[in-house]
Amino acid sequence: MGLVHEIDYGTPASKSETMVTLTIDGVSISVPEGTSVMRASMEAGISVPKLCATDMVDAFGSCRLCLVEIEGRAGTPASCTTPVAPGMVVHTQTGKLKDIRKGVMELYISDHPLDCLTCAANGDCELQDMAGAVGLRDVRYGYEGDNHVRARNNGAINAKWMPKDESNPYFTYDPSKCIVCSRCVRACEEVQGTFALTIEGRGFGSRVSPGMHESFLESECVSCGACVQACPTATLTEKSVIAIGQPEHSKVTTCAYCGVGCSFKAEMRGEELVRMVPWKDGQANRGHSCVKGRFAYGYATHRDRILNPMIREKVSDPWREVTWEEAFSHVASEFRRIQYQYGRESIGGITSSRCTNEETFLVQKLIRSGFGNNNVDTCARVCHSPTGYGLGQAFGTSAGTQNFDSVEDSDVVIVIGANPTQGHPVFGSRLKKRLRQGAKLIVIDPRRIDLVDSPHIKAAYHLPLKPGTNVAVMTALAHVIVTEGIYNEAFIRERCDWSEFEDWAAFVSDPSRSPEAVEAYTGVDPQLIRGAARLYATGGNGAIYYGLGVTEHSQGSTTVMAIANLAMATGNIGRKGVGVNPLRGQNNVQGSCDMGSFPHELPGYRHISDDATREIFEKLWGVELNKEPGLRIPNMLDAAVEGTFKGIYIQGEDILQSDPDTKHVAAGLAAMECVVVQDLFLNETANYAHVFLPGSTFLEKDGTFTNAERRINRVRRVMTPKNGYADWEVTQKLAQAMGLAWNYTHPSEIMDEIAATTPSFAWVNYDYLEKNGSVQWPFNEKNPQGSPIMHVNGFVRGKGKFIRTEYVATDEKVGPRFPLLLTTGRILSQYNVGAQTRRTENVAWHAEDVLEIHPHDAEQRGIREGDWIRLASRSGETSLRATITDRVAPGVVYTTFHHPTTQANVITTDFSDWATNCPEYKVTAVQVAPSNGPSEWQREYDEQARQSRRIVGKLEAAE
Amino acid sequence: MTLNVAAGDLTQRTQAIVDRLIGLEGPLLPILHEVQDEFGFVPQESLPVIAEALNLSRAEVHGVMTFYHDYRNHPAGRHVLKICRAEACQSMGGDALAERVKKLLGIDFHQTTLDGSVTLEPVYCLGLCSCAPAAMLDGEIHGRLDGAAIDELVQEARK
Repeated sequence: MGLVHEIDYGTPASKSETMVTLTIDGVSISVPEGTSVMRASMEAGISVPKLCATDMVDAFGSCRLCLVEIEGRAGTPASCTTPVAPGMVVHTQTGKLKDIRKGVMELYISDHPLDCLTCAANGDCELQDMAGAVGLRDVRYGYEGDNHVRARNNGAINAKWMPKDESNPYFTYDPSKCIVCSRCVRACEEVQGTFALTIEGRGFGSRVSPGMHESFLESECVSCGACVQACPTATLTEKSVIAIGQPEHSKVTTCAYCGVGCSFKAEMRGEELVRMVPWKDGQANRGHSCVKGRFAYGYATHRDRILNPMIREKVSDPWREVTWEEAFSHVASEFRRIQYQYGRESIGGITSSRCTNEETFLVQKLIRSGFGNNNVDTCARVCHSPTGYGLGQAFGTSAGTQNFDSVEDSDVVIVIGANPTQGHPVFGSRLKKRLRQGAKLIVIDPRRIDLVDSPHIKAAYHLPLKPGTNVAVMTALAHVIVTEGIYNEAFIRERCDWSEFEDWAAFVSDPSRSPEAVEAYTGVDPQLIRGAARLYATGGNGAIYYGLGVTEHSQGSTTVMAIANLAMATGNIGRKGVGVNPLRGQNNVQGSCDMGSFPHELPGYRHISDDATREIFEKLWGVELNKEPGLRIPNMLDAAVEGTFKGIYIQGEDILQSDPDTKHVAAGLAAMECVVVQDLFLNETANYAHVFLPGSTFLEKDGTFTNAERRINRVRRVMTPKNGYADWEVTQKLAQAMGLAWNYTHPSEIMDEIAATTPSFAWVNYDYLEKNGSVQWPFNEKNPQGSPIMHVNGFVRGKGKFIRTEYVATDEKVGPRFPLLLTTGRILSQYNVGAQTRRTENVAWHAEDVLEIHPHDAEQRGIREGDWIRLASRSGETSLRATITDRVAPGVVYTTFHHPTTQANVITTDFSDWATNCPEYKVTAVQVAPSNGPSEWQREYDEQARQSRRIVGKLEAAE
Repeated sequence: MTLNVAAGDLTQRTQAIVDRLIGLEGPLLPILHEVQDEFGFVPQESLPVIAEALNLSRAEVHGVMTFYHDYRNHPAGRHVLKICRAEACQSMGGDALAERVKKLLGIDFHQTTLDGSVTLEPVYCLGLCSCAPAAMLDGEIHGRLDGAAIDELVQEARK
């Protein structure tokens, strides 16, 4: 094994296509124009000594170690800041250079501690390496002079010394080891785009400062880890490395948090994870990371993890630990009993967007071929099902059209109903980088998200619409584009159905859909809509990125279609820099949809009623498949309450916390006779479960995740499953217990079955992924390189389809009893229902959910900062603390849903998208009033949860 | 110079300065100068206000502010005396002059007399090399200083 070693070329790659040939130390090399001499040397296999250069950030030229001599040029230029020129002859090692470098190193070391043996960076320190490289043997200046190293000089207090900052839960900042190379400052600016760091003071007094000489935790720092990665010394070091030591081997794997799907090196010592380091060759993240993927993996070894299967008769009983065999045979016999008693349709299952493609495929296979029905659904139901439907209708595929690299070519970006810097931070950083280069931004969101106005980022337009009026605003944008004649007629005539366009154009041109006419209910200044429409239509490459703020509405599918309409009308489809891009929430929500998790679709989005498709699977699986679509999650719950649905197998989803109308979900689960939950923790849904099958983490299994750009990335096992089995093995054993003759020995065999049955995955196999890292589907005969960008020569469905998008106000309306609109979202440090991130040090940033309320609304209600408030809707009520901010408009309140005690979904209603049943999380009419503490429901719920988590023979399990 | 400023007032007065100067090309340094003129130093509470308005992070503004010795993060004495320590002045007895002043005031460089009357600071070239050694009292320059002349300056400052 050993560590996956990445070459640091010192400066970023040049994108030029013109090649330049030069000679370095007698070696001739051709590199793209604009490449630095340092990078060219590295490509020729010659590493020039360096300290301030690293290829994630631009050259800086401050360390004076990388000097070279160039024939015909005076002096000793820095190789990092000197671009190559044709015919250049470079010498990287001469007597003069050796002397200069040694002298520079002496100066560095004269103000650096000599504690290498006990230093956390021992073995991974570039300063140490450079001392070796230049042959440093002696420091003529001594160590006694002015320094930052010692707290006291000869007994006197040393004002230049600063203590270690250990405020960040994941890394430390030790100013005494800093060589002021500015790599961390530049990484924070150029890679992450937060600008939280600076160099304070000047000359010898210079030090790195987070914020205004604050601690890291108090500063603007978002803990992405880019600075820690950039630091050449032990100044910024992961606490895990300090505690454990340097890793000895590593494997490349894929982060299991959001839909960006970042590649990481899991750096190990034995079976202990030392740290996760973003992989520069990862094509989704290009070497960048966020606080979750980089640091928040502690849940994998958290003491709350359940490692043994458990069973109980009634949900009021305590859990009883059993063997795997007993658990499997119990579930199999219960499911068979229920089907015998209540009919074949009386059981079903839910696949997980957190698990691998292979695991998801197996769960739907178990349901379709083992249960003999199509009662399978997935959490995409509550997030991006409208994306699947809307884009499927308009373009013919249920997925985003671009890769993440595409944003580097965008000129105008619309972000609607998404908060990338919080929800998809690595994409957020990549977007911000492009915005700093001059691309224009339009934000359509009820809330003033960070992208609207943050250091070096300012949206050209922010359309602060009332929650629930997306369709009206998007149609008004189309109105402007059509009536002002700034649509792309050539594109439409070539790629789309012209008569459908004409029908749509007439529809959107109606004066009742103008920005002026819709202002009354959208609340958006018509001039903003007009300006934004003109910018998007005429500003060059226009890209649209959207999130759950689009889909989780009663008109979610309509908004997705409106987005597709806009992109087609302006010709912004089918090349780099444009497109329609859903920012998918979960690591594998794209994959779980691809794998046939919906009740009406087999893998590859092929309808269950299609005989030819069914035949492929019937032949391979040797069973007859039911051609009728099965039940969706809400239908399963309804059927359970009615008494016709009695058993469910839920892999890796906490529907009680994440699905709308918590009380209804609870009632549905309570009405079932066998609820099987497979998860890492006793989640909220498990409070109603009869069987608990312990799950495994992404570190404990092989497989693949498919991210929001359709990229199939490998997940690699780096440690033995603590529960004994990877999730795919659990499903397989359950299937075997139910009498199915499955015998997969490795997930690659499952992928082979997927490829054999699903045209868009036809060429996918583990060997290819091993060699090439990843691939974007469709990957088959027609797309032999995979598909970074879709619809390049025409739409998948043939002609792009324009669809009328009539705005219909949601039934969820404000009134005298519920005068405010609640909308929900997430925060950077926490992930969805928080089952994982709450079990990490990320709670340092977000210990509880709070309600954001505008100062005006707060004052009217006598609410002060930090007060407990009661949040009530037509469905229920809960209590949480308030924070007062003008990020939200008057009349709008906002909260996150990361903590189970908040129970935000007790508040949300059961209204849902007309086409897909995706719940309307983003709009709820509420009232807010001061309160004394948790509501009755919260107290009852807490008690019930506590009761239901008891395990025989164990102390009470902590949530 | 106002020492005890309420936080809200400080924000408002900083904001007013920012509003007045934000149209300049490269407005950060002029704004910091004005803030220092207004308050006698650059209060840390002013930095986030400036950062917000200029679309910068507070770290960046802090970095700029601390880079320049002329910006103070705490109030100075009623008078500021700067003695030139650059080459020309040193060669004309600037060092001795500096020692004399330190003794007279009983303080070192970067310190303020206990009565709050004078802050002493080094400066590196006032552009008065032909009239070395030189000093500056409250923005007014004085050249060809000898013992008597500097005593007089100190006297004036201590009043």
